[in-house]
Amino acid sequence: MTDQAGEAMTPLVKNAASRPPAASLRRRVRPQSRWWTVWLFLLPALLLFLYFKFIPMFAGIQMSFQKVRPFLGNEWVGWSNYAAVLNDSRFHDAIVHTLILGFGQSIGAVIGGLVLALLLEGASKTLWFVRTAAFLPVVTATAVIGEVWRIIYFPAPNGFLNSAIGSLGLDPVRWLEDPAVALYSVMAVGIWQGAPYNMVIFLAGLAGVDRSLYEASAIDGAKLRHRLWYVTLPALRPAMTIVLVLAAVRSLRVFTDVWVLTGGGPAGATDVWMTRIYSLGFERNQMGIASAASILLLIASIALTALALLITRKRAEK
Amino acid sequence: MSIAKASSRPRPKRPQVNSSSFDTALGWQPGRTATTLLRAAVCAIILFVFAGPILTIIAGAFDLNPDPTRLTLIPRNPSLENFAVATQRGIWGFFWNSLLIAGFGLLLQIIVAVTAGYALARRKFRGQAIVLGIFLATMMLPEEVVAVPLAVVLGDLPLVGISLRGTIFAVILPVAASAFSILVMAAFMRDIPDEIVEAATIDGASEMRILIEIILPMCKPALGVVAIFGFIGIWDQYLLPIIAANRTSDYMITVALASLRADVQVGTGVLLAGAFLALIPSLIVYLLLQNSLVRGITSGAIKG
Repeated sequence: MTDQAGEAMTPLVKNAASRPPAASLRRRVRPQSRWWTVWLFLLPALLLFLYFKFIPMFAGIQMSFQKVRPFLGNEWVGWSNYAAVLNDSRFHDAIVHTLILGFGQSIGAVIGGLVLALLLEGASKTLWFVRTAAFLPVVTATAVIGEVWRIIYFPAPNGFLNSAIGSLGLDPVRWLEDPAVALYSVMAVGIWQGAPYNMVIFLAGLAGVDRSLYEASAIDGAKLRHRLWYVTLPALRPAMTIVLVLAAVRSLRVFTDVWVLTGGGPAGATDVWMTRIYSLGFERNQMGIASAASILLLIASIALTALALLITRKRAEK
Repeated sequence: MSIAKASSRPRPKRPQVNSSSFDTALGWQPGRTATTLLRAAVCAIILFVFAGPILTIIAGAFDLNPDPTRLTLIPRNPSLENFAVATQRGIWGFFWNSLLIAGFGLLLQIIVAVTAGYALARRKFRGQAIVLGIFLATMMLPEEVVAVPLAVVLGDLPLVGISLRGTIFAVILPVAASAFSILVMAAFMRDIPDEIVEAATIDGASEMRILIEIILPMCKPALGVVAIFGFIGIWDQYLLPIIAANRTSDYMITVALASLRADVQVGTGVLLAGAFLALIPSLIVYLLLQNSLVRGITSGAIKG
């Protein structure tokens, strides 16, 4: 993402080599237009961002210091909303759940994606078909996925998944109703949906691995596991870093999956940071406290993103 | 690149030592019965795990009265009854809301991405770095983080003082500007050679005409990426349609599914019929624009 943004590489520099020298000395011909037309082009984007990103952000900062009362006017309460969030044991639980869910989903989806990519690597038409089908969870709306998994997780002993594990001789599980299991059931759906996405990234990485390295390692007598460990994995490492960091940032604000699957229940066992914000802000109308929690979430995701940029920058310098 | 290709001398022949076993990391070999069988089994399991749940939606939607405890991949009592009940529950209204929002939202998002991307990529102006910084910053402001105050802003837009709540604009406008789409367009337009634009300028074409008639047709791959990510992103909206709605009839189909589920009078089949309708458009877009999708995912991830 960063190099898309950088402006250092103008087309002029890029094409300099392929162009005859006379052309680069010639004054560049640009379409005739006034200086302000560029701002006309930028106006829609800037206006939309102002109204639906930046004004809400500033309103959120303001509301986080207020007791929000419709029709009565807001009352300034200082840091007490933040204190309320930080002292709320349900928010403490929500942090823990968010971290467990985010960590488990990210790692699981990366490993799952890697395994899928290794298994489905190849040029044949059948493999292409399987890859296409395996990707379906990614393009399906999260709400739809949530509904179908609720049915798969049907808690009765003859439920879909329960009868499947029953045929292996295992006891039925109340997947989404048991507080000890529910968070992991949600995590499994997240991995199921995230793995095919990562598969595509890893497949692209695998396509770039130098085949002669495989051949050379085979001549040196390397076994398959050596080959994977010393040739394939190092080649995939850059892709892996990005995938992990992006997943970590995304997992902080997970909402729809959890909300559709469990609504934060049972007894708050799957409550994450965003579902907590949602219940506080929109169901109990505690907009001030919900805003404070949102700002804390914003700070956390900015910190993580900054960390991510730092890591990728370091990699680029190497 | 082009220089290397141009001098395509006949390569020195290398001895072929069963090189096909080095085509993939795991060393799969075509035509060997043992591995082919293993591979077929692997593919079957993967298909069952990842496509199976999606197929159960389709099977259940067309099944007269699917048992929520026994999902199948083939409807036992094929019928359209579920869709008839879902129609009574107003599913088409929600579907229409979703189509309208996704259609206009995507159109607007493409227009915004093309104009802003063009300005960033093809023009030099004062404050370019600041504008770019603003666009990048919005990526750190996901809709979840601003959802609470956005609900207030949608009810009373500052300066203009109108309320968008309950209109489709309350969903369309917030999704219309996407920093990802803008950056994809800008990155692509930056690579269009200057000579082409210069030639058109000398011929007396205006800037708007150059953008529409010369640059846009060359940006088709980027437009594909923007279209598929835009559509799937908008169709996947859940939080925004809830906070933007006045009544439940304003919901998008994704949100309406939950109320369909909560309705004790309808069975699993009707819920799956709704899920099926919510599934079809993104499926069509995916199958039409698959290649763009892969390009978008990999360009975002591998480059960094």
